[in-house]
Order: sequence, then C-alpha cells, then structure tokens
Amino acid sequence: MYSYTEFDDAFLAERNRQFRAQVERRIDGALTEDEFKPLRLMNGLYLQLHAYMLRVAIPYGTLNSGQMRQLAMIAERWDKGYGHFTTRQNIQYNWPKLRDVPDMLDALAEVGMHAIQTSGNTIRNVTADHFAGAAADEVADPRPVAELLRQWSTDHPEFQFLPRKFKIAVTGAEADRAVIRAHDIGLQLVQQDGEIGFRVIVGGGLGRTPMIGKVIREFLPKADLLPYAEAIVHVYNQLGRRDNKYKARIKITVHENGIDTIREMVEARFDQIRGEFPGADQALLTELEAAFAAPDFAAKPLGAYDTAYRADPVFRSWVDTNVAAHRAEGYGIVTISLKAHGATPGDASADQMRLMADLAERYGHNELRISHEQNVILPHVHRADLPVIHAELQRAGLGTANVGLASDIIACPGMDYCALATARSIPIAQQIAERIDDLKIEHEVGALKIKISGCINACGHHHVGHIGILGLDRAGVENYQITLGGDGSETAAIGERAGPGFSYDAIVPAIERLILAYLELRDGAEETFLQAYRRLGPAPFKAALYPEQEKAHAA
Amino acid sequence: MARRFTPKVVTANALLDGDVVYLTADDHWTRDHTKAELIEDEAHAAIRLLDAQARQSEIVGAYLADATAGPDGPEPVHFREAFRTRGPSNYAHGKQVEPS
Repeated sequence: MYSYTEFDDAFLAERNRQFRAQVERRIDGALTEDEFKPLRLMNGLYLQLHAYMLRVAIPYGTLNSGQMRQLAMIAERWDKGYGHFTTRQNIQYNWPKLRDVPDMLDALAEVGMHAIQTSGNTIRNVTADHFAGAAADEVADPRPVAELLRQWSTDHPEFQFLPRKFKIAVTGAEADRAVIRAHDIGLQLVQQDGEIGFRVIVGGGLGRTPMIGKVIREFLPKADLLPYAEAIVHVYNQLGRRDNKYKARIKITVHENGIDTIREMVEARFDQIRGEFPGADQALLTELEAAFAAPDFAAKPLGAYDTAYRADPVFRSWVDTNVAAHRAEGYGIVTISLKAHGATPGDASADQMRLMADLAERYGHNELRISHEQNVILPHVHRADLPVIHAELQRAGLGTANVGLASDIIACPGMDYCALATARSIPIAQQIAERIDDLKIEHEVGALKIKISGCINACGHHHVGHIGILGLDRAGVENYQITLGGDGSETAAIGERAGPGFSYDAIVPAIERLILAYLELRDGAEETFLQAYRRLGPAPFKAALYPEQEKAHAA
Repeated sequence: MARRFTPKVVTANALLDGDVVYLTADDHWTRDHTKAELIEDEAHAAIRLLDAQARQSEIVGAYLADATAGPDGPEPVHFREAFRTRGPSNYAHGKQVEPS
C-alpha cells in the first residue's frame, strides 16, 4: 500500500491548519457563510438536513487496519458511533459538530487520510475495482495508477474550478466492478501486444441525464496517462457549460460536441503538453507499483476448510455467495456484507469497523477495501482461515450471505440525511431486504442488483440497477419510480422506466411482484433477472407491476 | 384575487452543531417547531427572513417553510419539514430522542 511521504504529511498538515483557522474565523464572525461555504466544501464538510456531514475519501477504496481503526475512533469520539460507506468509496460521518471537524481532520491525517476534494467542482476521489490486486481476472493492479491520479489531481491548480465535479474510476479487469462507463473518465488497464496501456472512456455519468461513456482512445500507452488525462480535463474545463448546472458535466459536453470533436481537441492538447511530462510521473509510478506489490502469499493445508465447507451449510452458503476467486492458489476474496436484512446499507458501527480491522490484520495481510456497492472486502484471505473469519463475522452481525443478491441493495442516504433528497431511500432498502428474507427466496432468485436513489442525482446508481428505484416528491408526497434492465458492468446499460411511480407504502409490494414474476418467467434457475429481462423485454414485468392495467386491457 | 398566502415559519440550521432551528416571535432560535412564530402575512414573512439571514453568527441557510396551525403550535406541512422536526427514520438519532 501507499504510505504518505514527508511531502504528503506536510501538505496535509498545512491544509488542516488553514481549515482550522477558517472554522475559527467563521465562528468568530470574520467569515460569512457565503465566504465559508466553498472553503468547507473543499474540505468535505457539507451541511445536511439535521446536521453537518463530513465526507472522507478512501482513495481507490483501499484501507489498512490502522486506518479502519482510526475511522472507528473518529466515529465514536466525534460522531454517533458509526459511519456510512458510500458508492464512491468514501465514508460519511453524519453528525459532526463544526468545532470538532478540524480535530477530525487532524485525526485522519495521522493515518494518511483526508477529506480534500470530496466536494466541489474538482476531480473527486479516484475510485477503483475493490478486488484490485487480488482478482483472478485482472491484467494489472489499477491502484498504482489510481494513486498517481490522486496525487496529480489533488490541488491541481488548473482544475480547482471546473464547470462541475469530475469523477475518475479505474479497473484492471475486463469484468467491470468499478462502473467505469458511468464516470467522467473511465480507465481500463488492457494489454496489447504484450504492452500494458489503457482503454480510455469519457462522458459517462448518471444523474439527471444518464449516459454510458464512450471510448475516446482504444489503447493509450501507460506512460501517456497523465498528459492524456490532463488534456481531457483541460478540454472539458474550456468547453464545459457554466451557464446551466444541469448541462455542466462532461457527459453533456461530449454529447453536445460529439465524441469525434472532443477526441480531436483532446489529441491536439495532448500533443501540446506531452513534453511537459518527461518522466518524473513514470518514475513515481514505478515507486507506486513497488508500494502496491502483492503480499507474500502463504501455502496452508485446506483440510479444515474442506471439512467446514462440507459439514456446515451456513458456512457453505456464505463462501459460495461472499467469497470470490483470488489470483493466488488457496486464497479467496471475502466480501463482508454491510447489508444484514433490515440494516442500513453501507453503515458500520465502530465495533464492527474494529472487528474488520482485526480480521484484516490477523488473516488478511492488513488490507481492507470499500466497494462502491457499500460493502467491505478482505482482499487477501487464505481459505484455511475462512471458517474462523466467518464465525467472528457472524457474532458481529456481519455474516450475511447475500453479496450480489436481492438484499445487497445500494441505497443513498436519501431524505433521512441528505439536503438534496426528494424522498427517503434507506427505509425502502430495509423493507425490501426484510421482505425478501421473510419470503426465503433470496438464493433461489440469485444474482439481482437493486439500487435506490432518493433524488435525480442518482448517488444510489438506480439507472444501472437491474431494478432501479428513484424516490421523488410528487405533489408533496413521496413517490417511487421503477427502472428495469439497467446494468453497471462491462455490458453497461441505462434502465428503462417501467411506468407510473408507486407510493411509499406500495413500492415494496411492487418490487415483490416483480421478483415473483421473474421466478415464473425465467428459463430455468440459470437465467438471471437481467438475462430474463433482456430476453423477454419489459412487457411481462410491467404486467406484474401494474396488474390493474392488465385487467383493464383484458376487459 | 391574489393567491392566498400559505403560513410560514423561518427555519435554518444552527451554526455550531447543525441542528434544525426555528425563529420564535421574540427573536430566539428554538429547536422545537411548535414554538416557532407562525407567520401569516407575506410581507411580514419577507421581513422575518431578512432578520434571520442577518444572524450569520448563529445559523446557516435560513428559509421560509410552509406550516400550519396545530393544537400545540405550528406544524410542518411538507414531509421534508416533518422529517426535519424528528431526525432520520433508520436510527433513534436527532430531535426524536434529544430534548429540545
């Protein structure tokens, strides 16, 4: 993993000192809120419905045990004993007091973490495949590149006042676990004739106008990454619309100008600035690649694991659902579900954070990851250790075997916390998960991604949910629209709206009808919800959602 | 005929802890919606909002929210404002468990 250098430490200490003074000036009246707001946002501090909220970046979703313990300490000392992991690999504290925030930032700095550029019209936290460095299917670990991008984009003088926020995601595998096609820039490490480079995608995004990103460069040599990224953001900074907030993201710039025009301009700018990157970035990247070298994987006998797998159906179910293939012999990637049925998606208590940190330290080469699906990952676990890990997780309420299933729901904070929300998300997720658990159909239903956003900004990624739910305010009442057939993977697609929305009380039964209809419609247990939807089209699913209309048609 | 004015309260978040506050008739900030000043006159509402916005050292983001008279004082009209009087629905945190 990357460890902060003296330069990083000094930079962060100076930023935190500045912000502490800014908070003091706001409190003593020297700064108005209009003056203070952009300063607090630059440091990740929002004002939400009931309280302030501090959004802390977890760059490319990677944490060590010490960092996770510090997040737990912060949650206990300055918040209400828990944190919320988000779809952008951040953690949010929902109840900080203004006077405490400088201390919280200092505590983060102690473990090499910060909240810089987790808000504002800047390049945000660079996200990555949460299985990076561990996945059996990857070409290369995307995290050295993500760290290079983090260092390049942090406080980048040209890009502090972009037309709008700017999000970059990186993956090293063809299987897209980082939703790169829904990012302003999506990078996929690929290999061509033995050389590593990038497939570069631009102009993806969700929100009010969802767009799947377009390929701007099929193969970019690895050494050209920073000048090329800088060229893209430069062109966007010049062309991006500042007249209309809703048309300011690069997806609109690409859409309005066309990918060919954007490509020409980016390539021209790239040619201009390529010489400004004579190799210091590549020297740094080489150091970063060494820092992210894989741990020394151990060889251990698998007898106890095999016995437990055969004898214990609960353990077997958890392994089958929550443990993914690892590149190293005998190892697995453990996804710890933060989606116990009825729990708040993405929330972890301080005790749970500490337990996960302990497990990572004892059994997981000291590494943890946060996924955009709001779960925690132990990326390097030997299968021999899985029985004890599972037992410990179960004791802490973290043993739910539902990763990738119907109750592994992404939900934004919604109107329980967020000032922008138009409806609640969390209770809908809780109720759907509880209902699915009551019906005992989760494992029968199989792979299904339900994603819920509490407003059109789509933090809950509803457009790319196999079932998407969007909470709106319709004439002063919460109303939930359903989209179907969305996909956030390498076969990305934007879901289609199914029809009129449902009330708060009617949305969970509607989702239940939809899932039960799928079980009737599918061509055997192997056909997933998404495959069935693609084969059959929306009609039979709409019929399940709107049975009254069906009756009216039949009459 | 002019559109009928919907009664309002002035609401904001407290500067130091972010909690939801309401302006009272005697120029205090209360954390209790029922103790807010229910403003029934449009011109008076505009003046009260200006009063509130001038108090930068106490609050952030003052605005007028629809309200209605209830047996114990003003009550929120919109569900968003109702949530602001209570706190989140997933945990017993915020106003629903804290004495105002």
